[in-house]
Amino acid sequence: MSIKIPLTPISRPAIGASGKTGSWRTAKPIINYDKCKDCLICWMYCPESSIARTEKDKVLIEYEYCKGCGICANVCPFKAIDMVEEE
Amino acid sequence: MAQTLVINGNHAAAYGAKLSKVQFISAYPITPQTVIVERLAQMVEIGELNAKFIRVESEHSALAACIGAASTGLRAFTATSSHGLAYMHEMVIWASGARLPIVMPVVTRAFAPPWSIWDEHTDILLERDTGWIVFMAENNQEVLDTIIQAYRIAENENVLLPVMIGMDAFILSHTTTPVEIPDQELVDNFLAQESKRSFILDPNNPITHGSLTYPEWYMEFRYLLYKAMTDAKSVIKDAANQWAKLTGKYHGDLIDCYKCTDADVNMITIGSPSGDAKEAADILRAEGYKTGVIRLRVIRPFPSEELRQAAHNSKVLIVVDRNLSPGIGGILLNEVKGVFQTMKKQPLVHGFIAGLGGRDITLQNFISMFKRGYEILEKDEEPGIEWINLRREVL
Repeated sequence: MSIKIPLTPISRPAIGASGKTGSWRTAKPIINYDKCKDCLICWMYCPESSIARTEKDKVLIEYEYCKGCGICANVCPFKAIDMVEEE
Repeated sequence: MAQTLVINGNHAAAYGAKLSKVQFISAYPITPQTVIVERLAQMVEIGELNAKFIRVESEHSALAACIGAASTGLRAFTATSSHGLAYMHEMVIWASGARLPIVMPVVTRAFAPPWSIWDEHTDILLERDTGWIVFMAENNQEVLDTIIQAYRIAENENVLLPVMIGMDAFILSHTTTPVEIPDQELVDNFLAQESKRSFILDPNNPITHGSLTYPEWYMEFRYLLYKAMTDAKSVIKDAANQWAKLTGKYHGDLIDCYKCTDADVNMITIGSPSGDAKEAADILRAEGYKTGVIRLRVIRPFPSEELRQAAHNSKVLIVVDRNLSPGIGGILLNEVKGVFQTMKKQPLVHGFIAGLGGRDITLQNFISMFKRGYEILEKDEEPGIEWINLRREVL
């Protein structure tokens, strides 16, 4: 094997394979963009960092990592996020 | 020009850090270490030393802050003692696992209960398996010299390990003796090698450090740590010899052999009691006894080969332990026994527990311990463990 390990474990940030919710989420948040004011409060509160900011500071949910906990829907001051049962 | 100051061991440690141009100091006060960081705080405050000094709320945080600073490439320093060291134990392990060249004097002090602020070596010896290089200094000059040498050793690319330097509570920390302060230029040249790191935290080149490592990789990291400790031996010897060439100050390398090569009875000591042991050896030599002292200057990496070499003519080895491992006895006694176990012609290894919690170990005690070595030899006694100055009448 030609791999040389570093002296102490270091790694570089990358898209992680772990943390993906796969098929076990029971509900998913859906943003109603008519009500959304892009205030990013949901982005700040999401415990899984599953809400992304687009370049124009638009809100986008990354469903690959979302657990469907509903915190975003709860904290949204404009009631712009609905929790919908996962199909 | 080098100047000689009459200073205590704590100030000697602070001067060692200053001359090493440490860039980061974090500290929490604990007796009898407090004066080291107080003096450094003063040096930073009045502009004698260009370093960041941060006050933290515990020893755990003091070393954690040093780990953070050293991870960004800074030369980091802290100091502690006794319960402070015990409290930072978790971070002690992280620092060596991260291969960070932090240097930390430990003013060796007993543990509570009963509360004690006096001298004992149990605190530093408990850290011997953490992956730090461990020195024990005999006097204030050696404290200063070893701190400077420690940065050269720690930052060597074949080592990259943190270093702690033990100094006896009050006996060194608070006792003033003449200490030669070398020129800054001399120290700068001595430490001129490029400061190495195993990794650098840099916001422009982000990395994660210390994340979960699965069983198929963990052992290799531990082997690399073990190998670095072995490789450190030659680096320690080189640092001691180079320092001696530059300053004339030589305190031994891994061991400090005092009339040990031809001695029948050699005493194995660490730290400041070694001075008294040497004086006792001199007194007994004048009476015709062939006595010597082997002071272990370095506890990790353990100087096994050096010890065998130094003691190969010895008939009896007396190990003086100013520490206690309840249930087995002195920590050093058992380490020393292990070194000689594979030799065909083994010396008798007899241990003494002495000076716990600051109890005096007198010159007369050292003479008695040497003589006891001869008695064991003459009477063909089984070696064991004895307690010196134990007040059996109150037990």
